[in-house]
Amino acid sequence: MTVTADTAPAAAAPAPPRSAFGAAFDRGFEILCFSAATFLLTALGGIVVSLVIGGWPAFQTFGLNFFVSAEWDPVQEIYGAAGAVTGTLVSATLALVLALPLSLGIAIFLVELCPPILRRPIGTAVELLAGIPSIVYGMWGLFVFAPWFAKHVQMPIMMSARPGTLWETITTGVPNGAGILSASIILAIMILPFIAATMRELLLTIPAQVRESAYGLGSTTFEVVRKVSLPYIRTGAIGAVMLGLGRALGETMAVTFIIGNAHGFPTSIFASGSTIASTIANEFAEATEELHAASLIALGLVLFVITFAVLALARLLIGRQQHT
Amino acid sequence: MRRKIILSLVACLALSACGQKTDKKGEAAPAAAGAQISGAGASFPAPLYAKWAEAQKAETGVALNYQAIGSGGGIKQIKAKTVAFGASDKPLKGEELDADGLAQFPTVIGGVVPIVNLPDIQPGQLKLTGPLLADIFLGKVKKWNEPAIAALNAGVKLPNLPITVVHRSDGSGTSFLFTSYLTAVAPQWASVGASDAVKWPTGQGGKGNDGVSGYVKQTPGAIGYVEYAYAKQNGLPHASLQNAAGKFVDPTADSFSAAAAGADWSKAPGFGTLLINQPGEGAWPITGATFILMHKAQADAATGKAVLAFFDRAYSTGDAAASELAYVPLPADLKAKVRASWATIVGPDGKPVFVPAAQ
Repeated sequence: MTVTADTAPAAAAPAPPRSAFGAAFDRGFEILCFSAATFLLTALGGIVVSLVIGGWPAFQTFGLNFFVSAEWDPVQEIYGAAGAVTGTLVSATLALVLALPLSLGIAIFLVELCPPILRRPIGTAVELLAGIPSIVYGMWGLFVFAPWFAKHVQMPIMMSARPGTLWETITTGVPNGAGILSASIILAIMILPFIAATMRELLLTIPAQVRESAYGLGSTTFEVVRKVSLPYIRTGAIGAVMLGLGRALGETMAVTFIIGNAHGFPTSIFASGSTIASTIANEFAEATEELHAASLIALGLVLFVITFAVLALARLLIGRQQHT
Repeated sequence: MRRKIILSLVACLALSACGQKTDKKGEAAPAAAGAQISGAGASFPAPLYAKWAEAQKAETGVALNYQAIGSGGGIKQIKAKTVAFGASDKPLKGEELDADGLAQFPTVIGGVVPIVNLPDIQPGQLKLTGPLLADIFLGKVKKWNEPAIAALNAGVKLPNLPITVVHRSDGSGTSFLFTSYLTAVAPQWASVGASDAVKWPTGQGGKGNDGVSGYVKQTPGAIGYVEYAYAKQNGLPHASLQNAAGKFVDPTADSFSAAAAGADWSKAPGFGTLLINQPGEGAWPITGATFILMHKAQADAATGKAVLAFFDRAYSTGDAAASELAYVPLPADLKAKVRASWATIVGPDGKPVFVPAAQ
C-alpha cells in the first residue's frame, strides 16, 4: 500500500525555467495517461454495445418472458434466463455465506493471534489457493470432492430427512455429490483467498496505537477485534466481500463440472442446476442457430448487469458508511 | 487510498465476471516451412486428424493446423472462409450445403454407446431396446427392476436402484447422434427432439465425455452415453442394444463396420446419412460418420488441392491409425464414391483442383 502524492513538489524555491522540451514531453505524458484510462472505458462500452446487439434477437423474440421463464429448449427454440439467473444468484450467495466467516477467521488469526513463525506459511497457503486454475478446481470437485461429499454429507442428510417434511423437499437429489450446494462449496474455496487476503491487508492498515490503546484499556482480544478492528475496516471489508461475490458470479469452469447442468429452477440444495456462465460455456461452441447464440449472448448481458448491480450496491453501501 | 482500493475492485470485478472464457481444446500443429492447410471444427475426430497430420508431415512436408473448436464452430468458420476446411459431426442438409456452395464428405466412423453403473452386472450383460432407452431418458422408467427392463433381461439380477440419467451438458455431436437415434426408434421421444443440445426431461448433465463418465462411475444406478472411442479406451461398462434386425449387439469395430456397410450413402446429398438403426444382423444402431466441409469453388486451387490430397492419402494409408485410436475406417466402396465426388470441387479455372490417382 503506497501513498500517492497528488501535489506537485513544494514551490518554496523559485523553480528553474522549464525547457520547451520538458513542457512538450509533459503534455505527451498527460495524453498517454488519459488515453490509457479512456481505452478501458471504450472497451467496456464496446462490450456492452456488442452484447446488446448480439442479444437483441432474443430480447425481441421473447420480450419480458426471457427474464421470467426458466424454459430452455434448443430444439423448439424457446429460451428463458430465469433458471440460470436463479442458479447464479443462489450459488454465489451460498458461496459467500460459507466463505465470509472462514476468511474473516483466517485474516484475524493471521494479524492478531498468529505466532510469527506460522504467519508466513499460512499466508502463503491461502495465496496459493488463489493461484489454482479454475479447471483444476472443477476436476478435483468432480472426481474427488463430489464422491466424498455424497458419501459423508449428502447421503446421511437425505436419509435422515423424514418423508413429507419441507426438509425432505429441499434435500432431495441425485446422491452423487453434484448439485447446487457442492458447486457453492467449491466456489467458496475459490473466493476465500481473495476475501481473506484483502481482509488481512485491511487489518494491517490499522495503526498500532489504535489497537494497543484498546488492549491498554483492558480489552480482550475478542473485544478488540469486535469493537475496534472490524469497525475500522468496515468500508474496505464490504469491498472485499463484493470482490469475492463478483468472482463467484462469473466463475465458469469449476461450476460447470460440478453443478449438474440441468436447466430450470433448482428445487433443492442437492438438485442439479445451472448458472449463466456455465450455460454459456456449455452451449456457445455448438450454438449454430441464430436465436440460440443470441440467447446465450443475452445471458451474458444479464450477467454483466448483475455484476454491475453488485458493484453499484457496494459503492452505495461504502458511500453511506463514509457519511455516518 | 480508499479510492484506489475501490478502483482496483472495479477492475477485478469486471475482469472476474467477464473475463472467464471457456477453454478451447486447441490442437495446433506446428507451423512448417512447407505448405500448411488449416481446418477447424469437431473435437471428436481431432486426435485422429492430428495423428494423420503427424504421419503425413513426415512424408510430404504438408502441415495441418486443425483447431478442435466444436462442430458448430467449424461450420461457422468454413462459411466465413477463414479456414480451408471445416469439420462437423453433424452432416449439413442438402439445401444448407447449396446455400453456401459447400461440398461435404465423411472421413471416419464412430458411434455412441450407452454406459451403465450397475453393481454385479457384467459389461454387455444388460440388454436394452431403443424405445426402452427413450423411456429411461424420458424419466418414465424410474427403477432398474421395473418389469419393462426385467422382461428383456431374464436371468439377470437387476438391483432395486433408482435410475439416474446422465447426459452431455455441452452442445455435442454425440448428443445429436444419440437423440437422433431416440427420435428414429421411439415415437415418444418426439416431444424432446434431436439436436446438439436438447431440453432433457430428467437427469444430470456432465461436461464432455469425461464429465458424463465421471457422474456415471460415481453413481450406482446411473446410465449415460459417450463416444465409442472414449468408452473403449476407458473400459466403461456398456449396455447392449437391439438393432433393426432384432438382434442384441455389442459396440465393436465390427458392428460399426456392419452398420456402415448396410447404409445407402446416395440417399442424402454430401453423404449426409446418419447410420442410425441400419439393417444388418450385426449392425450397431447408433453409428455416424464425421464430416469435412469445403467450398466447391476454391479461390486458391493449390489450397484445395492440398486439402484433398491430405484426405486422399489419409484414406489410403490412415486406416491403421484410425483403428488404433478406436475409430472405424470407411468401407472401400464409400471411399471410391467420395473420391469421385471431389470432381465437384473446382478452382478459379473451373477444373477440379485435385484428381485422385486411379486406385
